[in-house]
Amino acid sequence: MSIVNLIASDLTKFFNRRKIFSDISFTLHYGSSVAITGRNGSGKSTLLKILAGVLSSTKGEVDIQIDGKDIDLEHRHQIVGFVSPYLQMYDEFTGWENLDLFRRVRGVDVRDELLLDLIRRVNLFDRRNDFVRTYSSGMKQRLKYAFALLHRPPILFLDEPSANLDNEGIATVYDMMEEQKQKGILVVATNVAAEQSHCEFVLDLNSGSPIMVGQ
Amino acid sequence: MKLTTFGLTSFVLFTKEYRSEIRTRYALNALLMFVVTTLSMILFSIARENVSPEVLAGVLWVIIFFSTMSGLARTFVSEEERGTVLTLQLIARPLTIYIGKLFFNFLLLASINVVTVALYLVLITNFSVQSYSIFALTLILGTLGLAAATTILAAIIAKAHSKGTLFPVICFPILLPLLITVIAATQKAVEGVPFEEASGLFRALIAYIIVIGAVSYILFDYIWKD
Repeated sequence: MSIVNLIASDLTKFFNRRKIFSDISFTLHYGSSVAITGRNGSGKSTLLKILAGVLSSTKGEVDIQIDGKDIDLEHRHQIVGFVSPYLQMYDEFTGWENLDLFRRVRGVDVRDELLLDLIRRVNLFDRRNDFVRTYSSGMKQRLKYAFALLHRPPILFLDEPSANLDNEGIATVYDMMEEQKQKGILVVATNVAAEQSHCEFVLDLNSGSPIMVGQ
Repeated sequence: MKLTTFGLTSFVLFTKEYRSEIRTRYALNALLMFVVTTLSMILFSIARENVSPEVLAGVLWVIIFFSTMSGLARTFVSEEERGTVLTLQLIARPLTIYIGKLFFNFLLLASINVVTVALYLVLITNFSVQSYSIFALTLILGTLGLAAATTILAAIIAKAHSKGTLFPVICFPILLPLLITVIAATQKAVEGVPFEEASGLFRALIAYIIVIGAVSYILFDYIWKD
């Protein structure tokens, strides 16, 4: 099992001249979890994207280490899992084809049986061969969890984790969040109290200079 | 990342583009429709006029240029419109995505160009090629140059708001050296000059492709991220 650390230093983001947030610094060690909270437009999703390495910060940097070795930005995608409402799967492919594509692009050694287990876990087994365009928004959200967990990432980023899900789906997601804390780092962007309660720390972007506090 | 892994990832992304295109026909229909309608209009407009083969060589590349403009930007624009850019960013290195899309664009454009040239040779009777070796190499290098330039430019304009109008406007000045060279080389093929006489033009085309390739390699990371 890999020991992972995430160090965010002085993260600042501007969109044109508009400041989204500034000087955010925190460190997450293996086994820790943080809930990023804040009103709409406070930059929760933006911060999550910067931490995941899919968006540049205006200032500051994010260092991720696995077993003490720095992971450069080019290889960041191999160690992060990401779920959000604005993440989209390919509508013209079936659920199975999507996951098979992601498995092959990532080059991960995940056998068909393990992939089917994951599909069963997100309750899409019966609809795995249907086109994603025929899925409901909740089913698409479930597929995103299979996408995010396929390569067993040491860091999992969740933006509004229970969006579009029914009670059964929410329970599965909460189980996954608890499991992730045993495997690495969990970062959740949410304003839902039940989701925050699964995290060890809270980072409130509403405060002038956001700092991570325990709860 | 090892070269084999890099190549394999690029190939898987290429096959994804291919399968996606077969199912959605995002670009293929636009390209084919443009070629057919333009050829029909040219046929009607020249009617019984005796247009020289040199002029027709230029007209051929006008059709190829505008059909490229109508379809090739779709590879990146469709990812942006469907919101799957983030998905791609989360699964692969930027350069493998670029290579996968470049090879797909080359394959798509090459297929369309084969159809275009075949129809052009059959329908436009004044256009007769004397040197097929020059003509074939011009088509191959021209297609590669067009695919390389439009792939990186499509990645840039996919981030803009007025994608449709911006693409040909940005592409034209960048593709102008390529278009002038391929038109000149096609004219040489029509005239039937010895292969050596066209070699300078081929060297220029190869240089153009190398420059565009190098610029794309350097720029794509920055374009793709934000």
